[in-house]
Amino acid sequence: MTVALTDSDQALLAGEKGPGARLAMSIVARMADVGGVATLMDITAAHIDSAIYLGEGSMAFAERLATLGGKVVVPSSLNVSGLDEHGWRDWPVPPAYAANAQRQMVAYQALGCAPIWTCAPYQTRHKPVFGQQVAWGESNAICFANSVIGARTERYPDMLDICAALTGRVPAAGLHLEENRGGQDLVRLVGIPAALMRDDAFYPVLGHLVGKFAQERIPVIEGLDASPTEDQLKALCAGTACSGAVALLHVVGVTPEAPTLEAAFRGWAPERTLTVTLDDVRAARRELTTTVGTSVELVALGSPHFSIAEFRALVPQLAGRRRHPGTEFMITTSRIMAALARADGLLDPIEAFGARISVDACILTMPMLSPTTRTVMTNSAKYAYYTPGLLGAAVAFGSTADCIESAVAGRIIRDESAWNG
Amino acid sequence: MERVIAGRVIVPGTAEGPVLYSNEPLSFWGGYDHATGEVIDRRHPLSGAIAAGKILVVPASRGSSTTSAVLLEAALAGTAPAAIITAGPDRFLALASIVAEEVFGKPVPMVAVSANDFRELAGAGRAALRADGSVTFRG
Repeated sequence: MTVALTDSDQALLAGEKGPGARLAMSIVARMADVGGVATLMDITAAHIDSAIYLGEGSMAFAERLATLGGKVVVPSSLNVSGLDEHGWRDWPVPPAYAANAQRQMVAYQALGCAPIWTCAPYQTRHKPVFGQQVAWGESNAICFANSVIGARTERYPDMLDICAALTGRVPAAGLHLEENRGGQDLVRLVGIPAALMRDDAFYPVLGHLVGKFAQERIPVIEGLDASPTEDQLKALCAGTACSGAVALLHVVGVTPEAPTLEAAFRGWAPERTLTVTLDDVRAARRELTTTVGTSVELVALGSPHFSIAEFRALVPQLAGRRRHPGTEFMITTSRIMAALARADGLLDPIEAFGARISVDACILTMPMLSPTTRTVMTNSAKYAYYTPGLLGAAVAFGSTADCIESAVAGRIIRDESAWNG
Repeated sequence: MERVIAGRVIVPGTAEGPVLYSNEPLSFWGGYDHATGEVIDRRHPLSGAIAAGKILVVPASRGSSTTSAVLLEAALAGTAPAAIITAGPDRFLALASIVAEEVFGKPVPMVAVSANDFRELAGAGRAALRADGSVTFRG
């Protein structure tokens, strides 16, 4: 090893805190070597993406750590799992799969992680604070924590996030260090109607476009003539983290490390500049759709998980309406948000519309789609990006209103007016 | 014509096989089927190719933090590439292989090469990874 370990790191590596901590420290230290990182540093919280059941490997890894007596040493929240723990029987989930996915959920709880089961932990009490050093997994959550909150996390792979939580240590590198947080690429929005910039559907599309351009770099978005909501920024971050690997972005005048363009770049000049016009935005929107037809068997909202604000905004749009019998309507969210929505009376009108709620997981992590689902419509860049590959279904991207209209009509309907300039 | 380039060992091991090359980063989650070893990201140039048993040459992973878990599944199922060559170290792929080695004794050999050497691999038909990190290839 070339990384310099402290006495307490060495003690962990020697097994003095048990074999679980020893294994975790060995992996953390080797990862520091891979990155050529000289030292480790402390983190004070973690968000664990590793609990998604993917197969024997992900389960065996979790159970090995639990068997070895591993315990997290910092507050650690759990990302979506592979299973809606109490509701999976409402969906065509194979029971053998459910049994394994639940075993993996149990193992992560045995390690001491908090079972919030959500990809939007930043909308719960596990939200970090500005400047806090954390180890987060889940690409959208990483981008939100860094960009919107100003917490500091690298882009942690599955399994390294739990190793960080079990040791409280990470390689001192990347976005943990202030000097690495300056923007690299400038994205200038030019000639885009202000009304479109206030539209919810603009943000996943912009995210898709920016992620594709920036890839793993740090983009700075200039010219956003709007005050985006938390959920709009959530959609932006999720989009950039799918088409690219954006772990931090700055929006001038909006995000905390970008009060000015100069501050966002930490005084440096942009290395690359992309000018984004309305035509570019329209092209990015088209890329999120793969279907060429108008049939749609499922409308899915809630990636990242639907928030209480999104439930509140949705309900008036459903009033007095009912989905077409041939088109299912699903909202994926967390237990926490579902309970809040239920308590506020928001779920009754949603269920009266014919929609169903699923918690803990999402369509990408739990095998919950009906076998007759050939086309999925969504307002999420993340669902749109991953559905063709992961679920083998075609996808149509639309605004929330488009999704509702399509579910009612039983065929894809999209209002183009906001995008026509 | 046979050529040799020097790489940096990320996870030690040796391998030889046909080369599967792309200069587009690949997300394994949603991009790699660990049941079959097929590249399933329909937006990726390698879509439809079987990477199992091949020398996968991609600049990096990207996108979801679940990439590592998918590669671990593939390593355990025997559907992983025989080895992976990246342009510079990729933490996500490295982590999967380190866990596969530390926990299960089944690493995916991994080497990082320079960006210039990476481009040289574009025309390679077969490649062999040596224990010292060198990569021998031919058209």
